[in-house]
Amino acid sequence: MSEQPLFKVTIDNITIEVPAGTTILEAARKIGGEVAPPTMCYYSKLKGSGGKCRTCLVEVSKGSEKDPRPMPKLVASCRTTIMDGMEVKNITSPKVLDARAGVVEFLLLNHPLDCPICDQAGECHLQDLSYEHGKEKTRYEFQKRVFHKVDLGDKIQLHMTRCILCYRCVFTADQLTTNREHGILDRGDHSQIATFIQKNLQNDFIGNVIDVCPVGALTDKTFRFKNRVWFTKPVDAHRDCDKCCGEVQLWMRGDEVYRVTARKDEWGEVKESSKGSTGWICNECRFDKKKVSDWIIEGPSNINRHSVISQGHYVGLKKPNETLSKVMQGRDPKLLMNIHEVSEVNKENIQLSLLERPAHSNDFNQ
Amino acid sequence: MAVKLLLEKAHIEGIRSYEVYRREGGYRSVEKALKTMSPENIVDEVKKSGLRGRGGAGFPAGMKWSFIAKPEGVPRHLVCNADESEPGTFKDRYLMENIPHLLIEGLIVSSFALGSNDTYIYIRGEYAWIVDILETAINEAKANGFVGNNILGTGFNCNIHVQRGAGAYICGEETALIESLEGKRGNPRLKPPFPAVKGLWERPTVVNNVETLSAIVPIINMGGEEYAKIGVGRSTGTKLISACGNINQPGVYEIDMTISVEEFIYSDEYCGGIANGKRLKACIPGGSSVPILPANLLLKTAKGETRYMNYESLSDGGFATGSMMGSGGFIVLDEDQCIVKNTLTLARFYRHESCGQCSPCREGTGWMEKILHNIEYGKGKISDIDLLWDIQSKIEGNTICPLGDAAAWPVAAAIRHFRDEFAWHVNHPDESQKRNFGLAHYADPIYVPVTA
Ligand SMILES: Cc1cc2nc3c(=O)[nH]c(=O)nc-3n(C[C@H](O)[C@H](O)[C@H](O)COP(=O)(O)O)c2cc1C
Ligand code: SF4
Ligand code: SF4
Ligand code: FES
Repeated sequence: MSEQPLFKVTIDNITIEVPAGTTILEAARKIGGEVAPPTMCYYSKLKGSGGKCRTCLVEVSKGSEKDPRPMPKLVASCRTTIMDGMEVKNITSPKVLDARAGVVEFLLLNHPLDCPICDQAGECHLQDLSYEHGKEKTRYEFQKRVFHKVDLGDKIQLHMTRCILCYRCVFTADQLTTNREHGILDRGDHSQIATFIQKNLQNDFIGNVIDVCPVGALTDKTFRFKNRVWFTKPVDAHRDCDKCCGEVQLWMRGDEVYRVTARKDEWGEVKESSKGSTGWICNECRFDKKKVSDWIIEGPSNINRHSVISQGHYVGLKKPNETLSKVMQGRDPKLLMNIHEVSEVNKENIQLSLLERPAHSNDFNQ
Repeated sequence: MAVKLLLEKAHIEGIRSYEVYRREGGYRSVEKALKTMSPENIVDEVKKSGLRGRGGAGFPAGMKWSFIAKPEGVPRHLVCNADESEPGTFKDRYLMENIPHLLIEGLIVSSFALGSNDTYIYIRGEYAWIVDILETAINEAKANGFVGNNILGTGFNCNIHVQRGAGAYICGEETALIESLEGKRGNPRLKPPFPAVKGLWERPTVVNNVETLSAIVPIINMGGEEYAKIGVGRSTGTKLISACGNINQPGVYEIDMTISVEEFIYSDEYCGGIANGKRLKACIPGGSSVPILPANLLLKTAKGETRYMNYESLSDGGFATGSMMGSGGFIVLDEDQCIVKNTLTLARFYRHESCGQCSPCREGTGWMEKILHNIEYGKGKISDIDLLWDIQSKIEGNTICPLGDAAAWPVAAAIRHFRDEFAWHVNHPDESQKRNFGLAHYADPIYVPVTA
């Protein structure tokens, strides 16, 4: 195979080289941290995904070395490939931040915000997105749209009211299963995810739609309302499975397995299995193997620090890439402050990250 | 009397039939093109003609044709966009109903130029009876050797297939049209890749409007250079305008793009003035997606010059004080029309027609409709006007396909030019339910500063 040429791309003042054909998003993810745009619909393992939610919009301020003209509109970074010498602005572009805040507002317009009773809370990408990029208040004063809950078979529930129409589950169902039974009905703001005349989805791999759903629209009925995700601890485990890779995450509390999911990477996507293929798991592993004895435990999973799941989980914590100072080209970020200087509570000599357990008010009385 | 190239023969008795059409000189361009010209020659003539796409965007047709990829061994396709669903636009319907062979003739020449052996007409589902007209015309042309295999003994094969849509405006967007033609849900595709590289069944494809493809006939007959002499500047040839609204003579007119907007509205040859002796208040000159203009900015540009019925002049002033030629759907509003209501009607249309793929368009169009509904029915707030402005600005430019822009522009233009009418609705919730704002100052002459 011939060597793929390397292209130089600068994103938020940080320059890297990536193989030709890489998307802006994948390049930004290589840099990591804040420079990686948020994504709600793109899923690297699903062919054709992306381009729809518009949260990953970025500004291309220089098209390429050959044609330096900027692109006239913001582009979806997940579906735009880089050119040699391209310059991209993500968090350094006020236009992008403004458009993104708009997209977050649009996505939340009809979302019920029923996080307190939603199983996805704590691992919901829409929650993270609104927390990080949204405004504190909505300007929408109308009734939200509501759908009835639908059971897709006895293991999966579809709560369409929470759906953001990212199409990920449609691609999953299309690409992992053989029948086209899961798709979209109607159009516009009245479109909905549906199965072919309320068909029970029977395919061995259909459970993966739960893992790709960024919100709580598709949930695992064997887990519903049993626990909050942040009280459970993810543990990597595997078993010999003749259908799938058998490499999973067990969500445990004490010795009890509450839930089984595929393993996810720091972007919330299903990871590759040790054999190199995408680590989708079968329904049997997901729904029927809920005993510790079913599994060979490998150890606690690595957890991204910005996840709420990290609040009860101190082992294998991964710090996200620190990129802000590079984005600011060495200058200190202007708006950030030293919390120790302004906080009466958070004393400088107390390093919260070094505590072996959740912080307690006593810790601050020292 | 203005030049007519497309509709000149449209009213001859029996012109729908092959015999009459042929007798009147029909299919000459096929003979000329297939027997005496190469595909490259034809593309050159179309380039020279300056013909711009008549579907809405006005992209030069010859240039579009020259972009089509020609990979070895991969079939190419020409697709005729007859989805015509833009409110206010009904010119393609008129052309296909009255003189269907003109389109078929244009399709064969264009298919030859592009190397398309299977050419499709994607027609809006509601035009069911026109499907029959077209299929009859295709069969007649086939029986006479102008469609099918080995056309005129030249070895060129071209079959024309008519496919009905199922009632979605979005399927007029070229990539949604292609998806629909493939039998899928009509969601627009992300570009790139462009259809010229990967279109129908991933093959190089050109999508053109009915009127664009019909105009190929006179271009081949008279030559590109002659065609380019008609009209003005980069608005060459003739354009079909479908005029409707509060005018005396609604209908489809062929114009040569040199006449002024004022002449078009008031002369007896065209719209024949505003109906019932009313005064002109506003106009949407190019189909529902283009910005609405108040009477004063419609007839004269912001510089005080006469505004003409052509691409450049209609867009003079950009979006601040101009509009667009669009698809040629000319909608006239008299002094009794309410701009808020008109904007609500359009917003409802776009909300209903959004495919729902991208969040700004899916959610934003519904939100705008709800706010406009409140304002129209006396329940609005003054802050709603700025909110509408902000919502449209967050949709525009941030979506997959231009439907998002098309939904945003009418709202933006209505607020830009008619903000006081919106405010009046809010401030007079009861009165606004009983009467309209009226003409107000919208026809007053515009002050043009004199610069030395
Ligand atoms: C929402 C939407 C609807 C459209 N509807 C039509 C249509 O009904 N007919 C048409 O010719 N073009 C329509 N277009 C424009 C087409 O995408 C395309 O630009 C056109 O068919 C190209 O033909 P032309 O170059 O001959 O104008 C539409 C575009 C959009 C975004
Ligand atoms: S159900 Fe979930 S995965 Fe499917 S489209 Fe909705 S949000 Fe996306
Ligand atoms: S802009 Fe609207 S119609 Fe176009 S792809 Fe997006 S949701 Fe669909
Ligand atoms: S992640 Fe790129 S548009 Fe949704």
